[in-house]
Amino acid sequence: MPCEQWAEKIDLYVDGELSADDARALSTHLRGCADCANDVLGRVQMKRTVHLAGRTYTPSADLRSKIAASISPKPAPASFAWWKWPALAAAALIVILSVVSFTSFQRRESARREQIYSELADLHVGTLASSAPVDVVSTDRHTVKPWFQGKIPFTFVLPELQGSDFTLLGGRVTYFEQAPAAHLIYKIRQHDISVFIVQEALTPRAAVPPNTSKKLAFNIESWTQEGLRYFVISDTSAADVHRLSEMLKQAK
Amino acid sequence: MKEPDPSLPAATFAELALPLLDQLYNFAHWLTKDASEAEDLVQETYAKALRGFSSFQPGTNFRAWMYRILRNSFLNSRTGLKVMVPIESEEQEPLLPKEEQTPESILLRQADRARVQQGLSELAVHLREILLLCDVEEMSYQEISETLGIPMGTVMSRLHRARRALRKILQQSSEEVRNAV
Repeated sequence: MPCEQWAEKIDLYVDGELSADDARALSTHLRGCADCANDVLGRVQMKRTVHLAGRTYTPSADLRSKIAASISPKPAPASFAWWKWPALAAAALIVILSVVSFTSFQRRESARREQIYSELADLHVGTLASSAPVDVVSTDRHTVKPWFQGKIPFTFVLPELQGSDFTLLGGRVTYFEQAPAAHLIYKIRQHDISVFIVQEALTPRAAVPPNTSKKLAFNIESWTQEGLRYFVISDTSAADVHRLSEMLKQAK
Repeated sequence: MKEPDPSLPAATFAELALPLLDQLYNFAHWLTKDASEAEDLVQETYAKALRGFSSFQPGTNFRAWMYRILRNSFLNSRTGLKVMVPIESEEQEPLLPKEEQTPESILLRQADRARVQQGLSELAVHLREILLLCDVEEMSYQEISETLGIPMGTVMSRLHRARRALRKILQQSSEEVRNAV
């Protein structure tokens, strides 16, 4: 069972509704309390399962076109020449078909993105809740980076952190979308930040989330650079996630 | 009848409302549990929203406004009148789930998505809808409060109650599966 004083706040934390101060305090507590960490992990998984299970029903193409037709702005009554009608009908058909195919494309893309978000959130929370979150424990980028050699089929550059408030905790090899990926864990104040690096060619285009977003209680930032796709995810502020992302982009 | 706001051209409604079709239909189907009723409900929602668009305040939450129209239409439908029972006072209920013994992680290992879907459909409508708005539509508590027209405190306690009820259903379902083996 989670600790009494936090039990009421765990749902708010998972829903991203806890105040920044409380979220920080709870994050600190989670690092030292396996019961609460397990409880948070369980609730995140339950929320994700409900999210996926709840996305069940999709409107028929017929309903889609009925709605599109019913809310499209009506053309002003004017003197239409009879010979224009076939052209207008063809244009309307093209518009309807475009709307239908575009929304269906958007729906597929959105569903793929949801999977990506869920997998990232799961990897992030699951790793932090484990008793040994990193396989190579070091704050030195010159130790962590070479450790990955031979374990993943690509190399990457890590930023110099001196003078910043970020700390490198270590790294591990993980699998993201069935592809080998480097998982680095950074810390800022009381928050952990996961950085996932994977080969761009192995990440389906449709699966790529927008550059920045917020899902569950996490901020996510993603970009590609020199054939690699980076994902930065954390429950810290979007500004912190962005700062670390910029440092990774500038790393030489 | 209020005059249409000239700053909101007719094209704007379609631009704002069409992208919500998938999620509104999904929500409508979960409420009605019937494809044809859900289609009627969504069509009614769009028709009402288009007619009332002039009363929509630019800058406020359009999505919450559309959901509110859909939900109110549902409440006024025959199915809605039948299933929405009066809700007893929720505000004073403590959030602490003292009776919970089974962590979600164990339940989820035992429950697949189909069972969670079954669990959702077994929930009372007022619990099902708040869980869908929070976990499926990812609305903030503030948005949920606007959509359902209830205070934030009630959002939290009702959400808590919904999760506890779903957990209980999954627990029972897990026990039934275990007993059947």
